[in-house]
Amino acid sequence: MSEEQLVRKIKDGTVLDHVEQGRALQVLEALSIDGKDGNIVTVAMNVPSKKIGKKDIIKIGNRFLKSEETNRIALISSRATVNLIRNYQVIEKRKIETPNTFVDVFKCPNPTCISNSNEPIRPIIDVLRKSPPLLRCRYCSRLLSPNEVI
Amino acid sequence: MTNPFFNRDIISIKDFSRPELKYLFSIADKVDSLDYERKKELGRGKILGLLFFEPSTRTRLSFEAAMLSIGGNVLGFAHPSMSSVEKGENLADTIRTIESYVDAIVLRHPMEGASRFATEVIAKPVINAGSGTEEHPTQAMIDLYTIMKVKGRIDGLNIAIFGDLKYGRTVYSLIYGLSKYRPRIFLVSPPQLKVKREALFGIDDKIKVSEHKDITEIIEELDVIYVTRIQKERFPDPHEYEKVKGSYIIDSELLKSGKDECIVMHPLPKVGEIAPEVDNMPNAKYFLQVYLGKVLRSGILISVLNPDPYSLIDS
Ligand SMILES: [Zn+2]
Repeated sequence: MSEEQLVRKIKDGTVLDHVEQGRALQVLEALSIDGKDGNIVTVAMNVPSKKIGKKDIIKIGNRFLKSEETNRIALISSRATVNLIRNYQVIEKRKIETPNTFVDVFKCPNPTCISNSNEPIRPIIDVLRKSPPLLRCRYCSRLLSPNEVI
Repeated sequence: MTNPFFNRDIISIKDFSRPELKYLFSIADKVDSLDYERKKELGRGKILGLLFFEPSTRTRLSFEAAMLSIGGNVLGFAHPSMSSVEKGENLADTIRTIESYVDAIVLRHPMEGASRFATEVIAKPVINAGSGTEEHPTQAMIDLYTIMKVKGRIDGLNIAIFGDLKYGRTVYSLIYGLSKYRPRIFLVSPPQLKVKREALFGIDDKIKVSEHKDITEIIEELDVIYVTRIQKERFPDPHEYEKVKGSYIIDSELLKSGKDECIVMHPLPKVGEIAPEVDNMPNAKYFLQVYLGKVLRSGILISVLNPDPYSLIDS
């Protein structure tokens, strides 16, 4: 079965292709996409890919994600590609870049960090080094590797 | 230099440069040289909020003494049971409320990063008096100031930090503070209480640091021994604690094998890690550290609360 049949084309919106296998739901969470706006969201997992073996694909109807938004998934799926579609045509194609700061994307794993309390606070994780990624919580200053926050 | 401390939050020693610390030390020297009446003028009409969501009598009294000595006033609480926190009020609401009453807030809180968060909630300056196990910036400034006062420099000194380097609240701030200068640092601790790797992140390429188990190996080289308390609760096995405790004590015999002018410092309270006979030796500087702590905190308060402390002092 070809990809085309598996995930139907969308007229307008954003397609996240080459998402790391099994990470589609995490990607949706990081992008705060929960389907409540009524637009069609299609998720395909474990799709065979010539490039990376198996991949996930996400198609989000009627939303055109900006790079500030899609860069939130840098640690979850750095190889993903972003395609903006208008009238079935790809009008923009881009890669994911690691931002300098993740605001409200990841929770700090330190249980005694103020960002894990009931204060009105959004977790902020700064990126000290992009490759290999090294992170630091803005509040408790703990150094973090990506696998501690994903 | 224009006053780099005016209206500024004091959250981490990392946020301050060497020239800024030099400025602060010179303000502290000036304040210390004034007579009682002149000093009382410097903070007149100012109110400092002391919010201790976790008790720390020593730090609180030092800030209080510092503020009173410059003629200012203090208000606040020494323990969360004395505040609305017991009723379930969050930190953000508590400090927003107190902000209306004071010119600056000193905050001690059990959660890490609480002071940084406080700076986002209120506009008035926040001074971190310890949040979680991470940072205690004013203690580090005091430690640096004490070394400067006694030794006249920090560059080129051989400084040992001794005891519990893993959980000691003052250790991290002190290491960061020292990294602004060019000392040689010896970290001496039992293997269980070695400094966390991340404490050295970004500074181990700036200054020379080495780790040791036994202080007698390096005692002859040392100019400063900074002692921290080894806490019993860090050891699951009480025998292990007793064993470690016995071999991490500074006594007169050890000091006699080192340089005559090697000084001993301690953030206090101490509970046996320094033998009592050391208190009377000229090497002991921890009570001087307490005095200079008050002086330096006066300097911090004046500089945070006034745009031009020099003209205030010289007027
Ligand atoms: Zn944190």
